[in-house]
Amino acid sequence: MGMTMAQKILAAHSGHAAVVPGQLIECTTDLVLCHEITTPAALRMLEERGMNRAFDPEKIVAIPDHSVPAMNIKAAKMYQKLKSWVQEQGIRHFYDVGRGGIAHVVLENSGLLRPGQTLVSGDSHTCNGGALGAFATGVGSTDLAGAIYAGRVWFKVPETMLIRVTGEMQPGVTPKDLVLEVIKRIGADGANYLAMEWTGDTIDRMDMEGRFTLTNMAIEAGGKTGIIAVDDTARAYLAARGVTPDQYTEYASDPDAPYKVVIELDASQVEPTVAYPHIPSNGRVAGTDPIPVTHAYVGSCTNGRITDLREVAHILRGRRVADGVQMIVVPATQAIWKQAAQEGLLEVFVEAGASVSYPSCGACLGMHSGVLGPDDVCISSSNRNFVGRMGDPSAQIYLASPATVAASAVAGVISDPREYATGGPSAAD
Amino acid sequence: MPRVHVFGRDHINTDEIIPARHLTSDVESELARYAMEDYDPSFVRRVQPGDLVVAGADFGCGSSREHAVWALRGAGVGAVIAPNFARIFYRNAINNGFLALECAGIVEAFQDGDEADLDLAGGTITNARSGQRLSFVPVPQFALDVQKAGGWLEYMREADAAAAGTLNTPSTGAGHGHPATPTPQEDPHA
Repeated sequence: MGMTMAQKILAAHSGHAAVVPGQLIECTTDLVLCHEITTPAALRMLEERGMNRAFDPEKIVAIPDHSVPAMNIKAAKMYQKLKSWVQEQGIRHFYDVGRGGIAHVVLENSGLLRPGQTLVSGDSHTCNGGALGAFATGVGSTDLAGAIYAGRVWFKVPETMLIRVTGEMQPGVTPKDLVLEVIKRIGADGANYLAMEWTGDTIDRMDMEGRFTLTNMAIEAGGKTGIIAVDDTARAYLAARGVTPDQYTEYASDPDAPYKVVIELDASQVEPTVAYPHIPSNGRVAGTDPIPVTHAYVGSCTNGRITDLREVAHILRGRRVADGVQMIVVPATQAIWKQAAQEGLLEVFVEAGASVSYPSCGACLGMHSGVLGPDDVCISSSNRNFVGRMGDPSAQIYLASPATVAASAVAGVISDPREYATGGPSAAD
Repeated sequence: MPRVHVFGRDHINTDEIIPARHLTSDVESELARYAMEDYDPSFVRRVQPGDLVVAGADFGCGSSREHAVWALRGAGVGAVIAPNFARIFYRNAINNGFLALECAGIVEAFQDGDEADLDLAGGTITNARSGQRLSFVPVPQFALDVQKAGGWLEYMREADAAAAGTLNTPSTGAGHGHPATPTPQEDPHA
């Protein structure tokens, strides 16, 4: 029996020639990603036990992103804790406010994340990194502490769900719609404990930005990671970030790898999809119900990339956000912010009446910079629409692609972005 | 006998268990004040030390925040019993030595306020009102070992101490089949 690529990576990091699903292993970690919300607790645990050390400062990446710039004194203290630890341990890979952004997106672009690696972080969207052929998964603060201390973590080797996507996506349909469609089909725990491996000609043609959106959302189906085999697109992406093939190991699943389940998805049949409250699996076709929105949010580790911002700008160019709708656009990283500025996208957003914010997770999880009030209705490009996720428990969150968010912001009601595909009346492109 | 709080819905997520607005603290006693706040704000006023939470499937889905385990434990919850758990919550429970017990049919077997007899050694939970007894999935040996050590970090430290004692070498960065590192063999769902 062959192995899936997830099994192969875990075997290589646990001293085994082969591992089987269900096997418990202790695994070495190549990268440990630390942000300011879950890391301080991990550090306190280590300090309390006299275990305050970092196994290898070169393998630790610290990026404050959730509550930065600090919105209150408590948040400021958590940031201070991360920063002082970084200095104390001599951790060089520290992306401070103004030099970083949302941790997962900074990491994918950093050249540090490479195929074949194991990555853990005290953040559930760590699965994002699997798009580069790594085994990346979110853990709690205790696991994070163990990884910081010894570079080790325990895993149950997961079974793998293979998602084969074929065909051309319709214009106006994006990777976000594909993943919302998959989660709708399999349920919010449809991949619980499983690795979700994406393959097929649709994926082959997809850019890295879109692939990260797919693997990022694995956790919304309960998945342990999302993962995609390395191909020329990934190799070129890495090369552009100074990473050469001798610096990483490519793993691919064997033809006889044991998949627990295979999902077949015809991309040409997927329509712009909106996940209704209060669970990401509650998908329906965008525009089915003309639901009035009070807020529109583009951002997050799921959909705050340059490709996302271009799609939003394409729809907003020459148009206005509807009166009564508060739209915020949050480029995921400092580099994406700069790129968006250079391409003139930020100007489009501002002209349309959207507020452009600094890179942070703030609005996505209702911490700051876009918290929803009672009965607000938000169309969001983020990843979760749970009760209270973005603020008040009575607020309603609808998840969608950046294009659908933009179209809905213009219309003032949840809308199908295909109706806006041509750009605004005065669009120059 | 502990009282049971039934939260019967499936997919109760970590945002409901401990909303992000409280994540600027990682102190258990502070988090405890907000346990289940966005699901049932009155829970913290009703819960007594040692009480049990019975919940629907996929309990603890969403964010990786270990604060969810701490908030429940801090509020006095002795165990959560559900048909199954979301992956990260489950491993956080193991790492903290907190009981997350998988038990099919548990939601149907209990009403809010029932008293229950939890027999960990026997692997059963009995409804004192109805007399109905259910078996839960045995706690994996690895999880028991971690619990016995006092948590995953203590478990690791013991392994490192054992390695240092037998080999007299620092074990930093070890893990590739390190001979003195006990490799768990059982099968928790994590």
